[in-house]
Amino acid sequence: MRYVNRPMNKVDGMPLVKGKPLYTNDLAPKDCLIVLALRSPHAYARIKSIDTTSAKLVKGVECILTYKDVPHTKFTRAGQSFPEPSPYDTLILDEYVRYVGDEVALVAASNEKAARQALRLIKVEYEVLKPLLNFKEAIDNEVIVHNEDDYIPARFCKSDHKRNIEGYGSDSHGDVDAEFAASDIIVDETYEIKSQEQSMMETFRTYTYLDHNDRLVVVTSTQVPFHVRRQLARALEIPQSRIRVIKPRIGGGFGAKQSVISEYYPAIITLKTGKPAKMIYSRKETFTCSDTRHQMSIRVRIGAEKNGHIRAIEVNTLSNQGAYGEHGTTTIGLSGHKSISLYNQANAFRFNWTTVYTNTTPAGAFRGYGATQGIFAVESAVNELAKRLNMDSSILREMNMVRFGEIMPAYYGEPLTSCALDRCIVRGKEMIEWDRKFPRVWISDTKVRAVGMALGMQGSCISKVDVASAEIRLNDSGFYTLKIGATDMGTGCDTILTQIAAETLLAEMDKFIIAQVDTDISPYDTGSYASSTTYVTGMAVYNASNDLKNKIIYEGARMIDPEKYGDREAPFNPKKFFFTGDKVIEAATNKFVTIDEIAIHNSAGIEGNYLNGTGFYSGQTSPPPLMAGFAEIELDLETGKYDLIDYAAVVDCGTVVNPNLARVQTEGGIGQGIGLAMYEDVQYTSKGKMMTDSFMQYKIPARTDFKQIRVDFESSYEPSGPYGAKSIGEIVINTPAPAIADALRNAVGINMHELPMTPEKVLKAIMEKQAEEEHN
Amino acid sequence: MLIHVIINGEKKKLHCQPDDMLLYVLRDAGYKSVKCGCDTTNCGLCTVWLDDVPVLSCSVPAARCNNRSVTTLEGVQDEVDIIGRFLVEEGGEQCGFCSPGLIMNVIAMKKEFRANGNLHPTDDEIKHFLAGNLCRCTGYMSQMRAIRKYVETEVN
Repeated sequence: MRYVNRPMNKVDGMPLVKGKPLYTNDLAPKDCLIVLALRSPHAYARIKSIDTTSAKLVKGVECILTYKDVPHTKFTRAGQSFPEPSPYDTLILDEYVRYVGDEVALVAASNEKAARQALRLIKVEYEVLKPLLNFKEAIDNEVIVHNEDDYIPARFCKSDHKRNIEGYGSDSHGDVDAEFAASDIIVDETYEIKSQEQSMMETFRTYTYLDHNDRLVVVTSTQVPFHVRRQLARALEIPQSRIRVIKPRIGGGFGAKQSVISEYYPAIITLKTGKPAKMIYSRKETFTCSDTRHQMSIRVRIGAEKNGHIRAIEVNTLSNQGAYGEHGTTTIGLSGHKSISLYNQANAFRFNWTTVYTNTTPAGAFRGYGATQGIFAVESAVNELAKRLNMDSSILREMNMVRFGEIMPAYYGEPLTSCALDRCIVRGKEMIEWDRKFPRVWISDTKVRAVGMALGMQGSCISKVDVASAEIRLNDSGFYTLKIGATDMGTGCDTILTQIAAETLLAEMDKFIIAQVDTDISPYDTGSYASSTTYVTGMAVYNASNDLKNKIIYEGARMIDPEKYGDREAPFNPKKFFFTGDKVIEAATNKFVTIDEIAIHNSAGIEGNYLNGTGFYSGQTSPPPLMAGFAEIELDLETGKYDLIDYAAVVDCGTVVNPNLARVQTEGGIGQGIGLAMYEDVQYTSKGKMMTDSFMQYKIPARTDFKQIRVDFESSYEPSGPYGAKSIGEIVINTPAPAIADALRNAVGINMHELPMTPEKVLKAIMEKQAEEEHN
Repeated sequence: MLIHVIINGEKKKLHCQPDDMLLYVLRDAGYKSVKCGCDTTNCGLCTVWLDDVPVLSCSVPAARCNNRSVTTLEGVQDEVDIIGRFLVEEGGEQCGFCSPGLIMNVIAMKKEFRANGNLHPTDDEIKHFLAGNLCRCTGYMSQMRAIRKYVETEVN
């Protein structure tokens, strides 16, 4: 292959590093009204009255909106395909505020200072309600987070919002109870995963204006332009046809921008005032007033035989949805489906799940999307099983893990059509020198080095839901315009999709213009999430490129021999011709036309034809990428402090479309996973206010925190993917937490149950273990 | 108030309030490479040079820059070509939002190391110099590979 499986530079790389004005706020017109939100200081309250009289007198203030001024159609902020699984439980502004930071009023002014002054002058009288803050006490609590009658419940599952249950369900296969009864050993552990902040460097931001036809134009930093269009239409009660969404360059998303966050507010201000408006979320707002990772409590039971064969796995997940229901019933599903499925040799499984409302910051999509939480729990339990059986955990895994060609009952009954997981483990063990270092090497009486491992999986789309369309046209010379609806948020999808088109049309990368996503022009795509871009949009681009290639061959043939092939209605065998990228050649005669001649003849000639290839793809299955992650730590037994001295990861993402970008995806995802494992910790006061609302309080990894992250690939070939590719975006965040926990286990025998694994918690676990040993 | 600032070698007169921070005054004047990531001096995205020393422009009052010189990424584009190419070849730019601040600090770092006769700084020295430049996309490894190549590159 000429363009696929090559480390191409990102097509937008140099303009980005040169600091060109390419992001939303760089492009916003200077005369935008500045929109700010007044936010609730209470975790739960009813607004008794709002007085905006004096605020409206501030010079420069153009518009102030309260819940009385906005449409009353409930919607969800979750960027999901219609009909969205998430409940419709949100209004642009509501009489009730359900967490600290919930929107109370909107102010739009000609400058920020005026807007801030007006915010201070709005007088709100609250009826403060008792909040529900502990998700383990949510079900049947006297406090009901969503007690409203116009609540539209979650789809595709059972729910009971008057009991604070957003959704619940279960899934099983085989005779679980009989398998547990027949097991020699049962590991039964409960793991706590806290919420996590996506912390993309560009906060939420949107600007809006009315165009020459009085249509609402929304320029926004989003992963889901088409969902933004649909959800705005519902929330604003205007037709979708009146809205145009444009996505410029994006400064990171990681799932945060799969929810519609900052878009509603400037949009309604523009509709009310007719003026351009923009809203730039502060870092504090981004932390407190958008969606975090779902906090989950996961109980795992694994029944096994003495020889290590796993007979049954049971996972029970309780998820903290926070105040609004974004992505609740879907993230929780992955906590079981994408963890249990790793151990496909088990005879039976059961997965029960419940997601509940509380008066805390809403949870939503974050890279890994529930699989991260589930894999931490299941992998930790598997590692604990290995320890209790006195087995090498890599051997236990090789005995029980999913294998090529198998049907996976816990993975929607889909087959595993590509798999290099076995090679990932072998290669990873080599990289970390597992056989020499497992389980531990003593450095001194109080310092020990240890290794730990975990497996990970994800999907390559939401099967039977995610779709993508692509168009590619030959312009009036031999270059192409590629139109996609998937959004490059820094991941490099514009580049890899161009690689797929270049490979198919045999043209240099610089012959392709990749059009910016604009819902007026771009073909429909569900968006860049669920690891779906390479796989689903990649296939749509592949199909579109092939469609265009055929059209080019037909038109080339007509030009080579009009007598023989001139009749567009008369079919002929295109295999009589070669397409080299530069030329169409008749095999029998060696007569040819160049791509430039075909381009100009068809675009501008009187006998021309519009050469536009179209392609569509819907993921019928979601081929899982697979990986193995290995951590090496050095632990100080006296303080509980430990350093991650090495992390080795080996990924099977099918064909690696772009080894450079895949490597950086992997390193970056592991980095975020290390943060989750070691120190990222969302904390609230006893009254429900988030304390960790800046980078001062909420620590994300800094450069000095990482010693070494090493990445390798073991390729498989996924027959349903573009040139054999699967996904890579999300899976890479899943292994660090369980692998680091395993290294701590192998270092000193502790079983870490709660993230983040801070030195305090590690020391406490060491002391508890010592106390237990002395007691015995 | 009116301030006189040399920005990227050009004399400029800028209007600002006493409490306006340099970051916003620069952006309003069209220097859009300067980005805001946190507003609490933790992320490094707004790094510019004040009299050739890297500062976080979100915490420098613009009024303090009167009669001084400010350099933004727009003013060092030739050098950005060099370090930028290394970054792009390693995929170390990813979303690109933190790149301008990082690059301003990397160029300053190389100058400082060289001025001190340190032609081959260690990874730890580089990491510590750049510790205040956060990036959420890359996990820093690709950036380190690129920065190491840049630091070792001789420029005429």
